Amino acid sequence: MNRTPRTLFDKLWDGHVVRPESEHHPAVVYIDLHLVHEVTSPQAFDELRRRGLKLRRPDLTVATMDHSIPTLFDAGEPRYADEQTRLQVDALKRNCEAYGVRLYEMGEPGQGIVHVIGPELGLTHPGKTIVCGDSHTSTHGAFGAWAFGIGTTEVGHVMATQCLLQRKPKTLEVRIDKTLGLGVSAKDLILAIIRQIGVDGGTGHVIEYTGECIASLSMDERMTVCNMSIEAGARAGLIAPDETTFNYLENRDHAPKGDAWERAVSEWRTLRTDDGASYDESVSIDASRIEPMVTYGTNPGMAIGISESIPMSGGSERQALQYMEMSEGDAMVGKAVDVVFIGSCTNARLDDLRQAASVLKGRKVADGVRVLVVPGSQEVKRLALAEGLDRVFLDAGAEWREPGCSMCIGMNGDAVASGQLAVSTSNRNFEGRQGKGSRTVLASPLTAAACAVSGKISDVRSLM
Amino acid sequence: MKPLVTLTSRVVVLPNDNVDTDQIIPARFLTTTTREGLGEHLFADWRKDPSFVLNRPETKGAQILVAGNNFACGSSREHAPWALVDFGFRAVVSTSIADIFTNNAVKNGLLPVEVDEETYTKIVAAASAGNDEVVIDLKTQTLTLPDGHSGRFPVEGFARHCLLEGIDQLDFILREDDAIAEFESHR
Ligand code: SF4
Repeated sequence: MNRTPRTLFDKLWDGHVVRPESEHHPAVVYIDLHLVHEVTSPQAFDELRRRGLKLRRPDLTVATMDHSIPTLFDAGEPRYADEQTRLQVDALKRNCEAYGVRLYEMGEPGQGIVHVIGPELGLTHPGKTIVCGDSHTSTHGAFGAWAFGIGTTEVGHVMATQCLLQRKPKTLEVRIDKTLGLGVSAKDLILAIIRQIGVDGGTGHVIEYTGECIASLSMDERMTVCNMSIEAGARAGLIAPDETTFNYLENRDHAPKGDAWERAVSEWRTLRTDDGASYDESVSIDASRIEPMVTYGTNPGMAIGISESIPMSGGSERQALQYMEMSEGDAMVGKAVDVVFIGSCTNARLDDLRQAASVLKGRKVADGVRVLVVPGSQEVKRLALAEGLDRVFLDAGAEWREPGCSMCIGMNGDAVASGQLAVSTSNRNFEGRQGKGSRTVLASPLTAAACAVSGKISDVRSLM
Repeated sequence: MKPLVTLTSRVVVLPNDNVDTDQIIPARFLTTTTREGLGEHLFADWRKDPSFVLNRPETKGAQILVAGNNFACGSSREHAPWALVDFGFRAVVSTSIADIFTNNAVKNGLLPVEVDEETYTKIVAAASAGNDEVVIDLKTQTLTLPDGHSGRFPVEGFARHCLLEGIDQLDFILREDDAIAEFESHR
């Protein structure tokens, strides 16, 4: 028996070491679930082919299409942005067929943004190691899984061996005390965390989010928090599983059933940081002091409470302000908005759409503002339709699209035009992220909806 | 992969902090299904500005990119190191380099060099004085400036070994096949 108190991360690590690390080499770590999408996989499949290798565990590999697929169809035919995106999607289809990988295709139930469908299908479990050629794989950590993004070469490693080489990261506890106020959501919380610890505050660390506030969040909200762990530079984000987690997973397609479910839950209950275990670092935040947050610059750490003004900056931050056409001392409230995007793996789950709809219901989108609502998956779309959320969005004057990454990354033609200011529920406000020359303000679905209605950056609390 | 032991080159300095992978290679160039030819799109949006550092004739042929803190944060796209290597870079130097990028870079023969603040400042000064031939020695893990100042940098031991010998990491894991099968049998 191992009596030394361990952190949640220690337990996940210990449970997956095939060969321990030494001075000479990192540990060989086993991967329980490999998620694949069209953008970061073609070169990895080619590498298998070149070396004549098999894909070791097609049964632990699941693919979907999300990044470059269109969100508009003409008479049932996808309206691709260009030939290249079509070729990329076709390559994924061919590769999945050739290597026996289950692919959730465009329009098929189960398809959607890779980090939305994993949990929905019940593939994401506490205690698993989960990887994907995508940095926001950290999302799945909300279930107490060790989930992280990898590059294409490593995608190939996992395909060929179901393993990766890893050095054990350090741990950082982010404890969130008290609870969030009215109009303040998980997105505001994670923006406040990144602002506090910095965009490189998590480098080399796995973050474990703890505290009263985290325990009170729904799974959709917890995923929003873990999703943006990478925006603080962290290797992964984690939340210990609890009843909220188990209730979410029970009866999902790939969740264990019957006795296996009972066994799984009793094992999952052990996945928590033991009393007396210590983290390499700890910080804490008082949730009750967080306001709705907006970003003003070109990285997610350049964020302020909605009632604050843009702080004094130096160095590269100056350049960011110039790009954003913002000035020190300016208030964000009142700035004219061209586009509102409600979508992405950060904020396109049912909770998010419900929140946006709660603000848009009975209201109209302001003149001249383009509002795009893109559900995160076919399942989110189905549930939203069942509740009539699509009608709320359409009646307000927003566009309601098919699931995908869409304007979060602008690969599929859904882009913000150069110079336009977009309020977006996605996770990156990098220069040009939503289209060449686009300017992005990150915000919660509530805030985004409030901005859509007023045509300006607004404090949603004034509409509540 | 070409082994990398020492590298002697002039540097290109991009002093911005938090240069993200969306700048290194914008998403619209990720629709490719190969890894070749991405150098053309390296820093595509910034290169439209004729005064951008990579457009200056004196930076032609430099194999070392020096950038501000938290270089290559953001996406896991390996297209970022592919583009840098295709353009001709063999090392990136910063006070801090993002984890996923570091992981990707070493697998493509691109050496991530994290130096202290003092060394970074000295390189930037040397570059602005036009005397910026730097020697990076992976064996001793040192970066040396023309004035003799030398800074040490950390490299994960296995990545260092693979870079020095030009070894492919997948071959290493493939040799663990028995251990992997054994591990799987207990699941
Ligand atoms: S929604 Fe955006 S951040 Fe999420 S996986 Fe898609 S492109 Fe990446």
